[in-house]
Amino acid sequence: MTAAVPKIRFRDPQVDMAHGAGGKASRRLIDGLFAPILFGSAPAPLGDAAHINVNGTCVALTTDSFVVRPLRFPGGSIGELAVNGTVNDLAVSGARAQALVVSYVLEAGLPTEILEGEVRAMATAAKAAGVVIAGGDTKVVEHGKADQMYITTSGIGHLIPGLSISPAAVRCGDKILLSGPIGDHGITILLARGELDLEADLRSDTRSVLPLVEALADAVGAGVHWMRDPTRGGVATSLNELAHDCGLGIRLAEERVPIRDEVRGACELLGLDPLHIANEGQFLAVVAAERAEAALAALRAVPGGRDAALIGEVSEQPAGSVLVTTLYGGSRIVDMLVGDPLPRIC
Amino acid sequence: MRFVDEFREPELITKTADEIRRLADPQRHYRFMEVCGGHTHSIYRFGLKDVLPANIELVHGPGCPVCVLPMGRIDDGLSIAEQPNVIFAAFGDMMRVPGTHGSPLEHKARGMDVRIVYSPSDALKLARNNPDKQVLFFAIGFETTAPSTALTLIRAKAEGIRNFTVFCNHVTIIPAIRAILDSPDMRIDAFIGPGHVSTVIGCRPYGWIAANERKPIVVAGFEPLDILQSIVMLLRQMQENENKVENQYKRVVPWEGNRGALKAMAEVFELRPYFEWRGLGFISQSALRIKDAYAEWDAERRFSVPGIRVTDPKAAQCGEVLKGVLKPAQCKLFGNECTPEHPIGALMVSSEGSCAAYYNYEHRKAAQLTQLTGVSC
Repeated sequence: MTAAVPKIRFRDPQVDMAHGAGGKASRRLIDGLFAPILFGSAPAPLGDAAHINVNGTCVALTTDSFVVRPLRFPGGSIGELAVNGTVNDLAVSGARAQALVVSYVLEAGLPTEILEGEVRAMATAAKAAGVVIAGGDTKVVEHGKADQMYITTSGIGHLIPGLSISPAAVRCGDKILLSGPIGDHGITILLARGELDLEADLRSDTRSVLPLVEALADAVGAGVHWMRDPTRGGVATSLNELAHDCGLGIRLAEERVPIRDEVRGACELLGLDPLHIANEGQFLAVVAAERAEAALAALRAVPGGRDAALIGEVSEQPAGSVLVTTLYGGSRIVDMLVGDPLPRIC
Repeated sequence: MRFVDEFREPELITKTADEIRRLADPQRHYRFMEVCGGHTHSIYRFGLKDVLPANIELVHGPGCPVCVLPMGRIDDGLSIAEQPNVIFAAFGDMMRVPGTHGSPLEHKARGMDVRIVYSPSDALKLARNNPDKQVLFFAIGFETTAPSTALTLIRAKAEGIRNFTVFCNHVTIIPAIRAILDSPDMRIDAFIGPGHVSTVIGCRPYGWIAANERKPIVVAGFEPLDILQSIVMLLRQMQENENKVENQYKRVVPWEGNRGALKAMAEVFELRPYFEWRGLGFISQSALRIKDAYAEWDAERRFSVPGIRVTDPKAAQCGEVLKGVLKPAQCKLFGNECTPEHPIGALMVSSEGSCAAYYNYEHRKAAQLTQLTGVSC
């Protein structure tokens, strides 16, 4: 018997930055190259974590690499991102993180002071998120072969009882909730690089969203149909993935999406769409319409959930797409991010 | 957010849209060209076509500097940057624009030192901070960005910074409007004039459009209310049988323009005898080059430039779309071979290009929303 030869549809001649930006090119790489070779012909919808059966117990498993420049920025640092990012990937897959393992790739010449700062930041974040760092690995590469330090964290968690989420559970009429204001992280990083001569009083939103997810699960349980943390590629990319996976349309009311004035201002100046900007401490949830008010109240009752909002709903049309409507009756399709967001000047 | 939200106020927008409906003759079809790519972007982003009556058609004009830049110029710029020790600096707008062998971003992935800058003076800063490198600033834009390039060159000369050059692709808006008006298949009733360009050149240079071509033109801002109000002003002129230059964007655009900016441009730049526009062909006296007094900072004179000419793929109908003869989706390549991720034609490249704007914000909506009334399932 011969195994079926997986069909490789990825035709880009080289890896570009866009393949790592979380948008269309990333999706093409995963669907066209990784999935057919690694997962065979029938890949599951690509969620934030894999759910696997270990001797009769279902556990969630995920991994994420962190390559941010600068390493420290207002509101956080690479160490905190590395912990919260993986805790959040597990949380939005419906799991509570139990343990993380960590891999460091360090560039020779990295000052110990910086390394120590990041290791301490990880310890603090892990404590806050209620997760154990159970082991790790370190590699050092020659000076110039990496950008100071890269961190990979992998996490395992147990499923939160009562939750059953997947794109297939999403129905027409379901409501879309967002845990808080968007774009803080992406714009903070953009400004922290210091290349734009712009300043704003902004902090990254990096945090564990687990308390919010647990509050949601407690309040509405199986009424939660889908969750995702809109990191790279932002809310627009996450919702486009959902629309693609469930075959339904997503309609957002623009005025309901919480965005800080600082983020809006920076986006206006730079020609960016806040819906495409990365977040590290927010999540999207699709909930049954009749449970939406209860879900929103539960989120708002959690510290840090005050700005949670109902931003839209699932509809039959436009199937597979995200439509944003304005108060005066205008509308536009919002696509996945193409490449990295680039400032628009002229 | 102040100075923005006032111009997106739903009640005012609805009122202005009602006013447009009152003024527009239902027996008549109106074709208004928004000259500037910034307007095109706003019209799609705010879904303004949904607000306008069906007999008012907005036609997208040539005012997207990235879109009208011929591919050969990108190849020329990148060929300079392929020499050792050169930093290629450009606005974010340029980064995904394809040359024959890929965009600046793809060249960066292959090892070229490519930097995104927010202004020409940031490129000059790069030169100061990297004295052992040559910094090439790939300058694009209409009169909006040309003054900042001019001021940067004046400063480079004053400070004697020798490792900085400009590859100048600045173009001017008036000859492009003239080319469109001269086109035999031109069917435009009136113009929404460019806002940012006019902050520099003022409103006077549009006089001939009203006087000779007998077309109304209203210089407009970029918020939804600005654009709708400019349409009201155009309709009023047409109702009164008038052809005037009017300024809707008075909060930013002085009638006489910005003298300081014009002076800086005159100090550094002169008109090229002719320049190639993607989609429109060669237009005489339509672009700027660097004067002899600044030759040392002119990349075209400091380096040997191959002068590459690339013809656009025959199937791409950019010229027709640019002149408003075809809608983006009527081009044969639109959405199949030509997408924002893999643009073939120039208009698919920048988010201000009419094809990219249409693709990003509109075309699936157009395809799928035909039956979207009172959705339930």
